[in-house]
Amino acid sequence: MLVPLKKLTRLIPLFTFILVTPSLIAAEVNVYSARKEALIKPLLDKFSAESGIKVNLVTAKGDALLTRLKSEGLNSPADVLITTDAGRLYRAQQADVLQPIASEMLSESIPAHLRSPENFWFGLSVRARAIVYSNNRVQPTNLSTYEALTEPQWKGRICIRSSSNIYNQSLVAGMLATQGEKKTASWLAAFVPNFARPPQGGDRDQVAAIAAGLCDVAVVNSYYLGAMIKSSDPKQQAAAAKVGIFWPNQEDRGTHINVSGAGVTSASKNREQAIALIEFLARSDSQTWYAESNNEYPSRAGVDPGELLKSWGDFKADQVDVSELGRLNAQAVMAMDRASWK
Amino acid sequence: MVALLLAVPVLVIIGSLALPFSEMWHHLIQTVLSDYIVNSLLLMIGVGLGTFFLGVSAAWLTAMCDFPGRRFFSWALLLPLAMPAYIIAYTYTGILDFTGPVQTILRETFNWGYGDYWFPEIRSLGGAACMLSLVLYPYVYLLARVAFTEQSTALLEASRNLGRGPWTTLFLVALPMARPAVAAGVSLALMETLADFGTVDYFGVSVFTTGIFRTWYGLGELTTAAQLASFLLLFVFALFALERISRGRIRFHHSAVRRQVARVELHGWRGSACFGASAAILLAGFILPAGQLLFWAARDWPRQFDTDFLALAGNSFMLAAVASTCCLLIALFLAYGRRLYPGRMEALSVRTAAMGYAVPGTVIAVGVLIPFAWFDNHLDSFLREHFGISSGLLLSGSLIALVFAYLVRFLSVSLQSVESGLARVRPSLDESARSLGHTPAAVLRRVHLPILRGSMLTALLLVFVDVLKELPATLILRPFNFNTLAVRTYELASDERLADAATPALTIVLIGLLPVILLSRGISSGEEQ
Repeated sequence: MLVPLKKLTRLIPLFTFILVTPSLIAAEVNVYSARKEALIKPLLDKFSAESGIKVNLVTAKGDALLTRLKSEGLNSPADVLITTDAGRLYRAQQADVLQPIASEMLSESIPAHLRSPENFWFGLSVRARAIVYSNNRVQPTNLSTYEALTEPQWKGRICIRSSSNIYNQSLVAGMLATQGEKKTASWLAAFVPNFARPPQGGDRDQVAAIAAGLCDVAVVNSYYLGAMIKSSDPKQQAAAAKVGIFWPNQEDRGTHINVSGAGVTSASKNREQAIALIEFLARSDSQTWYAESNNEYPSRAGVDPGELLKSWGDFKADQVDVSELGRLNAQAVMAMDRASWK
Repeated sequence: MVALLLAVPVLVIIGSLALPFSEMWHHLIQTVLSDYIVNSLLLMIGVGLGTFFLGVSAAWLTAMCDFPGRRFFSWALLLPLAMPAYIIAYTYTGILDFTGPVQTILRETFNWGYGDYWFPEIRSLGGAACMLSLVLYPYVYLLARVAFTEQSTALLEASRNLGRGPWTTLFLVALPMARPAVAAGVSLALMETLADFGTVDYFGVSVFTTGIFRTWYGLGELTTAAQLASFLLLFVFALFALERISRGRIRFHHSAVRRQVARVELHGWRGSACFGASAAILLAGFILPAGQLLFWAARDWPRQFDTDFLALAGNSFMLAAVASTCCLLIALFLAYGRRLYPGRMEALSVRTAAMGYAVPGTVIAVGVLIPFAWFDNHLDSFLREHFGISSGLLLSGSLIALVFAYLVRFLSVSLQSVESGLARVRPSLDESARSLGHTPAAVLRRVHLPILRGSMLTALLLVFVDVLKELPATLILRPFNFNTLAVRTYELASDERLADAATPALTIVLIGLLPVILLSRGISSGEEQ
């Protein structure tokens, strides 16, 4: 036989272990995280070392975790939900799987527009959707706003990924929130025909496409460019060296941003530990670590974001309440469908 | 009963059709639905033709001809099976993309710029069909090869003696006889195509699966997404029914006399051509992408390879071993039950349960999650009320739920292999064994199992490798602090860290090699008997 019986018998204690664990050991906290293991585990380990609280982790996609939380109901073992994108946090709040938490430390350190108004969740890091341009074919003085990318001079020169991607969805949701439906629709109608190619690949691929001369500007999240600059792959470094970064809409509402954040679940049985963990993640040193290892911006003001991010300069970020992005996400997808943004 | 239990997740999904249809349907129909349907159909046609062509020719060459390297190719051609589709898509994009080495060298050599020359776009519908065909053809190859080698040589020899050439023999005798196996292989490939998300998403091709996820994640409409998935299921159901009806009452049994297949020896240019064809398939399906992975991994593997990593590999191996064994046992039980007691109800539940393969893993996972959590929560409140104890979540979030999800998702694979094997055993064989006083169990053990050996090994291997690669259900259903190689690969790859993802991806391939080698030994020793 391919499977020795020993293998199977060894499974029995494992099964019982998994069935029994949650109710036995105290001082632990269970985390459902949409943030990838590699990007969160070191912080969680540090938290455990400092506080003596054991952290158990499951990572998966945000919406799938939300479905799991919902169907597990009040018996769910999860204490903390960490997820990328305000839209998911908003949906979690709507689905009643989060509870409001009163933490002075959190409400003081996290700016109001980066957390839920009722303190159901708190933004822990900020990502910005910037314009990246070719160093030798584009004068940054020609760039100004997302809106200006609809001008005829950009015809066939823009690279951007698919509208199935949440970053583009929340970009458009942000526009819906600040500019209204009509303006957004006409922006989309003029923006999509300027694409250099059908949307494809990830954000790094758009930067690589500029470097190769396929297009001249791209709309990408700034941390991907950061990751390329710091990459161990010389090809990625070379591509990143051929582009510059531009913060759009500095004269008006500011560059579009979104958050990754965390909240305590309604079912939480370790509420105190859960709050302690979120407070730990909001601490300045945790935020600096995250900024340096993932190139996202800290959500609280006055935190050192590391050398690379400092070199990109300060920028004015859109102050629209990020929970609005969640509320308008579905509308944004429909608007992009109508504009045939693949 | 077992079949019914396994059908629950699929029924949960289909049950969404009973819920009210939201206004979102109006929007979908007006804008994107037709795109989804047309692209999915085109993709299916592409993959169907691709896997048929690659799989049948590879099987025919290695089963029926003798040429230099045949023994090597007969197992090496299975290797692409161990390659997850989205990984092969990443590697080929790395090679063939505008910014990749091939086009860059072309541009530098001829001093071309963007738009000066035509090059096939890898990130397209055609590209996706090629990628999927390259990793999915082994389904057809495996099943068709078993069918070819188990075919009675007498028929083929009769055909040749009657003056038919080798080609006519292939098309008029061997292929029609192998039809259940080939159809099973192609339908597995098509179901996997319909369930694929990684490849089409990366290539930006809007198909039904991307639509399901867009509706769920982007529009936040899980019910509408489940309804979309249900229509996909009904479509697959209809497709299979069609195949069955067109096959009609024809049965494909073989005489019990089996002899060593007399392979046609090919020398000279014919031999070289066979070698070339096999080598080309292997090169495109495995060596090139694995080489690219190796190139990436060479730079990064020390950072990836730690003690955690061994635990990942162990978890992956254990899950795959347990799930493939369970799948095989259940498939044997179901297929055999159907042979003994043919009934409509059983047949329908088996079919329904097997549908799970065409559903994207995440959707199946939701179908598992909901009934399990429902059961757990009800049991908990029942126990609280009557006995004052709380059981909490008993099954949800345990490995049991995960293995169950694998059963639902991959039962089809083992069932198709076992059934296509069983279909070739004459019922008269059962009858004579029974009339000689054997119980059904004894018939299974002493008559069927020896004959089914090849098909069973095939089933075991296919599910093993499938579980090894499986991602979405593992991701959402796994317990705390439990990772697998596929999870690690995905987390790195989805963060666009392809080079880092290469080490776990290669390890999946290496672990997948193990059963491939065992299987090929099993098959060839079966051939020697």
